[in-house]
Amino acid sequence: MALSGLEIYKLLPRTNCKECGYPTCLAFAMKLAAKQAKLSLCPTVSEESKARLSAAATPPIRLITLAADGRKLEVGNETVLFRHEKTFFHPVGLLVRVPDTLSAAEITALAKAVADYKVDYVGMALTLDGLAVDAVSGDADKFAAAVAAVRGVCTMPLVLLTEDPTVMAAGLAKTAGVTPLLYAATAANWEELARLAKSAKAPLAVRADTLAGLAELTDKLTGAGVEDLVLDPALRAFNGSLATLTQLRRLALKKNFRPVGYPIITFPYLGEADPAMEGLLAAQQIAKYAGMVVLGRFDPATVYPLLVLRANIYTDPQKPIQVEPGIYPINKPGPDTPVLVTTNFSITYFAVANEMESSGLPAWLLVADAEGMSVLTAWAAGKFDAEKIAKTVKGTGIAEKVGHRKVVIPGHVAVLLGELEEELPGWQIKVGPREAVDLPRYLKTAW
Amino acid sequence: MPVNVEIPVEKWPGSVRQVTLGATAAEGGTRQHTVAVGGANTLPFLGFEGTLPHRPQIAIEVRSSNPGEEWPEPLSSAWGDVLDDPAAWAKAAEAAGAELILLRLTSTDNTGASMTAAKARKVLRGVLGATGLPLIVLGPGQAELDNELLVAVAEEGVGERLVLGYCEDKNYRTIVAAALAHHHLVISRTPMDVNLAKQLTILIHDMGLPLERIVMDPTTGALGYGMEYGYSVMERLRLAALQGDIMTQQPMIVTPGEEAWRTKEARAGEGVPGAWGDWAQRAVNWEALTAAALVESGADIIVLRHPETVARVKRMITELMAA
Repeated sequence: MALSGLEIYKLLPRTNCKECGYPTCLAFAMKLAAKQAKLSLCPTVSEESKARLSAAATPPIRLITLAADGRKLEVGNETVLFRHEKTFFHPVGLLVRVPDTLSAAEITALAKAVADYKVDYVGMALTLDGLAVDAVSGDADKFAAAVAAVRGVCTMPLVLLTEDPTVMAAGLAKTAGVTPLLYAATAANWEELARLAKSAKAPLAVRADTLAGLAELTDKLTGAGVEDLVLDPALRAFNGSLATLTQLRRLALKKNFRPVGYPIITFPYLGEADPAMEGLLAAQQIAKYAGMVVLGRFDPATVYPLLVLRANIYTDPQKPIQVEPGIYPINKPGPDTPVLVTTNFSITYFAVANEMESSGLPAWLLVADAEGMSVLTAWAAGKFDAEKIAKTVKGTGIAEKVGHRKVVIPGHVAVLLGELEEELPGWQIKVGPREAVDLPRYLKTAW
Repeated sequence: MPVNVEIPVEKWPGSVRQVTLGATAAEGGTRQHTVAVGGANTLPFLGFEGTLPHRPQIAIEVRSSNPGEEWPEPLSSAWGDVLDDPAAWAKAAEAAGAELILLRLTSTDNTGASMTAAKARKVLRGVLGATGLPLIVLGPGQAELDNELLVAVAEEGVGERLVLGYCEDKNYRTIVAAALAHHHLVISRTPMDVNLAKQLTILIHDMGLPLERIVMDPTTGALGYGMEYGYSVMERLRLAALQGDIMTQQPMIVTPGEEAWRTKEARAGEGVPGAWGDWAQRAVNWEALTAAALVESGADIIVLRHPETVARVKRMITELMAA
């Protein structure tokens, strides 16, 4: 459990020697609590304090890594229940299930499609994170062949789904180059799977249908030397999944209950057979506390919104997404199309872009680098002044794309009109509405 | 060795205020039944630690005029001819599973003529006659016209316990006065901010409207278009409510239908990346996933547009409410 500044202070020498670069031990303790300084800066801290501070710094939810050639999936290490309290750190891994009962051609096609899937969202490339090969056949050779087929066409992180140690060993033998997650150890097979996980140095998922059952199993496994664990509380439907995942997160964070201090894997397709409902259950699990979600099928029309949802939920609330400054063409603009200017705060951009998109009217939207602030905030902070707007108009080269010389500024910065006319000689500055919602009407009447 | 796991349970001092929409004949209205929302004394769907007396309710948006080009094909084709007739539309919405009807008065009618108070009264009559569900009525979103139409609607629907909206920071007095005079409720809408939400509730309450007649709209962003801001404001409002801050305890109404169907993802069938997938499916998913996230963050009334989304989100809520 993270310590407060005062608790840390009590463990420091309290000599105010300034060797760490801070004026007092208390100031240093506050910096440590805020994770803005490292304990190693203190030359005189006792070994005992060091041990206590490092134990306190052990994350309440262990970071688990699924490694593959050149890429990896890291989940866990979360510190809050609600994103506004700080942020969620390691985006939920989204994986797609590959049943080993598909034909070799189907397996390679699916694996390739998942591996190649990429979609752009406000300048970020969103991708899926891995494949979960499912030993539906129960046959070691068939499973091994499926894993080999997947490995043959992609370099994504893998999960191997089987409770049979023999089948698991056969699949594992084909995973050279990746560290897969082995799913799953249960009360019945944990000793054999622990052996496999240890020899492969692979993380191991644990399944039990009660929290006590999970805690018992993780105790046994850590006792046997397997420390990289992932939990499956096995309650599949909306209600049970939300309740257990919430309880697990609370136990880990608020009670510092180590036996469940691991990321959670979910299988929404086992809770909802209907593909449309599976998407909603996956959405719930992205928002509420899954570390990895295995999708039962690959459908771009569902995967795209799920990836965007994940990006939204895992956006740091203190650092809102900024859009890339530049020219954004809306609805196929041409040389006569209006030129609008706004700031690069994502919500501001979305408000304007969305109004324009849905109005059907074309526009050239110029996004100024206002350090991610909204129009009024940026103006007040001097980040969206006449000079910045002029720089945006000139720097984006919009003059080469349009025949006219007119630019619309947000109504909130009407006060910049005179100054901007001086900064942009030859341009007619037009004052638009204050709110994006009024833009289409404004353009129809006043452009 | 058996491990003892103590489930962490939060005991919250506060709860969400219960608000009842609509009035039956016995209560001075004409609705077949009333709809209650709120009342929960825990976070959404955590039945293991509290009580959730009322499930979140689905409202379907019905307009006084055909949305025409404003609605993309996958949405308008789901409703077909009823889009021309708000009464028929409301009936179809009830058949599609709506638990509430949200009637949006538009600034013009189907002939392009301006909406007037007299026409608004007529539309309201028609919709009240076509459905037995409680009604939410919104103005076109222009302060002056909103006031004119909503005052007329309030009078015409006296006793129905309609929900009138939107009360906003710059324009709430006339609507609140109309609700006071004719026994209705109001929606208090503020732009994604906990303190603004609280402040407007206080201002409306100060005019004499009981808190039991205020629903708050914290403002919704679509998935990918600022959804997470509204989501976190809702979580913060709900936590504040449970912690006992009485001016944050109003049930929350959200509009994922309106927001999602404005996005390019829902509107564009051509000229988009192949990775976006099938248009109709993607569009409905956009609305449904936006709604799903807001259901998890504490929405009490969810306003939707597409009947398929309604079916999915209702099913999700039924599953979440299952004991």
